[in-house]
Amino acid sequence: MSILEEHIASSAGIGISASRPDGKEKARGDFLFSNDLSSEDMLWGQTLRSPYPSAKIKRIDYSRALAMEGVHAILTAGDVPGENIFGLEHPDQPVLAFDVVRYVGEPVAIVAANHPEVAKKAVDAIIVDYEILEPMVDSEEAIYSDPIHPEGNVIRHLVIRHGNPDVVGSIIVEGEYEVGMQDQAFLGTESGIAFPSSDGGVNLHISTQWLHSDRDQVASALNLPNELVRVSLAGVGGAFGGREDVSMHVHLCMLAMHTGRPVKMIYDRNESFLGHVHRHPAKIWFRHHADESGLLINVEAKVILDGGAYASTTSAVLANACCFSVGPYSVPNALIEGWGVRTNNPPCGAMRGFGNVQTCFAAEAQMDKIAKALSIDPVELRLLNALETGDTLITGQEITGTAPISEVLTSLASYPLPEAGTNAILELPGGTGRTTDKSHVKRGIGYAASIKNLMFSEGFDDFSEARCIITDGEVSIQSACVEVGQGFVTLVNQIVEETLGLTEVTLLPVDTSIGSAGSTSASRQTWMSGGAVLKACEAVVDALLSDLASESGISYEKIGLSLISTDGSDSIGIVSALHGRNYDEHVTHRHHPTFPLDRNGQGDAHVSFAFAAHRAVVDVDEELGLVRVVEIATSQDVGRILNPVQAKGQIEGGVAQGLGLALLEELILVDGKIVNANFTDYLLPTAMDTPPIEIAALIEQPEPGAPFGAKGIGEPPVISSTPAIVAAIRDATALELSRVPVKPEDIALTD
Amino acid sequence: MGIGKTSGEYELIVNGSKFSISDSWLGESLLYVLRERLGLYGSKNACEQGECGSCSVMMDDVLVCSCLVLAANAKGREIRTIESVADGDELSDVQKAFIDTGAIQCGFCTPGLLVTIHDFLDSNPEPDQSEIKEAISGNLCRCTGYGRIVEAVQLVSIRRSKRDS
Repeated sequence: MSILEEHIASSAGIGISASRPDGKEKARGDFLFSNDLSSEDMLWGQTLRSPYPSAKIKRIDYSRALAMEGVHAILTAGDVPGENIFGLEHPDQPVLAFDVVRYVGEPVAIVAANHPEVAKKAVDAIIVDYEILEPMVDSEEAIYSDPIHPEGNVIRHLVIRHGNPDVVGSIIVEGEYEVGMQDQAFLGTESGIAFPSSDGGVNLHISTQWLHSDRDQVASALNLPNELVRVSLAGVGGAFGGREDVSMHVHLCMLAMHTGRPVKMIYDRNESFLGHVHRHPAKIWFRHHADESGLLINVEAKVILDGGAYASTTSAVLANACCFSVGPYSVPNALIEGWGVRTNNPPCGAMRGFGNVQTCFAAEAQMDKIAKALSIDPVELRLLNALETGDTLITGQEITGTAPISEVLTSLASYPLPEAGTNAILELPGGTGRTTDKSHVKRGIGYAASIKNLMFSEGFDDFSEARCIITDGEVSIQSACVEVGQGFVTLVNQIVEETLGLTEVTLLPVDTSIGSAGSTSASRQTWMSGGAVLKACEAVVDALLSDLASESGISYEKIGLSLISTDGSDSIGIVSALHGRNYDEHVTHRHHPTFPLDRNGQGDAHVSFAFAAHRAVVDVDEELGLVRVVEIATSQDVGRILNPVQAKGQIEGGVAQGLGLALLEELILVDGKIVNANFTDYLLPTAMDTPPIEIAALIEQPEPGAPFGAKGIGEPPVISSTPAIVAAIRDATALELSRVPVKPEDIALTD
Repeated sequence: MGIGKTSGEYELIVNGSKFSISDSWLGESLLYVLRERLGLYGSKNACEQGECGSCSVMMDDVLVCSCLVLAANAKGREIRTIESVADGDELSDVQKAFIDTGAIQCGFCTPGLLVTIHDFLDSNPEPDQSEIKEAISGNLCRCTGYGRIVEAVQLVSIRRSKRDS
């Protein structure tokens, strides 16, 4: 019996494949996503965006647009009631551009009208005179060139100096790598509805990842106290990092408050690509030093991330890219230098695996180069260098938790390989295009491994609040944790069943009437909000035991968890004991503190680490440059499996996104403008592109300090799947392939 | 309403019921009318250029992307949407299988996939894996990597053949 089947066989609570509580609604089409909300007297909002990557705004004339029948409001920078500036980590971006525009797509004006088409026509009728400036679109040049923003072009410069970076190895491999701009491409585009409130405030219903961060930024821009801005979660159609930043939030609220009517906005796909941050494109240089046995002795790197025009989460992405640049390996000496840079390209920020994705692609290619130079098996080389508990990262932090990298790699390598391909058309690269000749197809196999930090790092006060309310034996849970599809709603049910034995759980509306749960990102919500719900449930049990003890005169300890009774003779069980009693326990859960990095990039900056490895098998038609991924196998360090089917879903979905970055997905920029901002030209993996994803092993070594011992599982699948696929193509073709996504011309049109 | 040419009045037949649409802009897609005029929000708008399949509906028993159909052109045609797939409170076998296999995450692609898969299994009751993948390749899903969805289709196929044998 596989590890998954064993878990499926258990019956209740944590560890079973409980079904999603929202599954029925979602299957019926009844689940309300943010774009499904409406109100009888609502207006439709629309945004005018800059067509230029860099320009001065000389004049805005919206008189003709405002006079159009059906147009109710047109607002520009001067109408922003509070601070015309926002930002997730620090405010540096205008709500509406006022003097200059710094990227193609930057919002300039907003419109409310009685029909979405009228709003679009009104946007088209607004006249803006721009003085066009030369854009800065090269991230390397931007470091030393004139600033495009009052805060300068270098958002963060980070140096990690560890051990003696002058050590020279007997084996030296060097390489330059690039990662293209990937997009989260969640299916439900940005949308929401804002209602003006009679108390002078506003109620915003929106799809997001972090209600309280939105609330604070909106309140500041509207010049309202936080309590007058009430943000409610509306159904989220995927997120993957792209909803962590504010997009239409302030605009909707401004239009609603100005018109006194509800205003709804839906970005179309093109606008969605313009309206949220992307994965940072990266330029990476590496020099690895190893001894003759293959042991890593020094790593040098330079990493440049293109942050686009505004900071967003560039600082945190750069920290990840640098701190974990060497991968899940023990490296005694290192000198890593990283820059997060402003350019006139579209802003970049959070996307699943942020930072780790970029450097993992490059570092894993370096590991294969060392293996090749020494004629060592790539898995053997990785095992030789694998981190263990007690080892030190290049940031000087000791790994105190679990680190089963050897187990991950060994289980993966021993998993059986898929059989040789057949001549069936659908099994050839290019598929039904029927262009591939079987004789040109070569098979390749590649491996990669990864490390991901879980939760927020560098001293951030990371917490989540939760309430467990018992009313006459019925349980309600309140948390501001955002469900984006990952299955937190299922986990809440499982936690309640595990701790209180109750199977009917009401999850209260997710809004800002409770304190923050933090962001649904960084693989953090199972630990943080799962942990908060667990603590709240445990607090109810505690209160119940105290009440029973004082009522019966029997000691709290003696009643205990499993022997709850009022007279000390019978075990009546917790469900019966709760009957007729009321509790309301409100808790705040924090992970252990982290600390900032010092000037040498050293410090205990991270909370916990998860590891994964992937093996890709590909068939490549070298003549046409076509790649078919035959299979991805993976092993992952999960701490403990809480819901096997949901774990599998996270792994399969993450691998598909890693495949997208390896072969298909890139926002292509020409002079700062995205030229493929639609689903015809931005290629997402379809079912035909996505191979069977085989789980060789989920390594369960409970993580100390983690609720239930579970590690976040959402990000690792996306990190090492990309380099494994590219390694497999290199294995088949012997090409260098130093840039992702790998395109047909990179394979077919080489000398 | 300041929008240009309107359609006059026309009638749509959706899930067996007749709806009168009046004073609407001629450019409105079937998807827009289903969602914003009839309140049938189950059909989803993810790309609105026929690439993602989230808006899939049946029109006279042909699977179409409702974003690419002008609503006024659908006059007199039999439209069936995700809202007609369940029988009252009773979910269809494909809907149940989606829940059982974990094929739903965010759920945005789910309605379009369900409409597509019902149509596919009607014409190919015992598909192999590559046929399933090809059949759903016009429906993008960003969350699942398709593994659970393919498994859901296989499960329906098995359950139907057991039921029929």
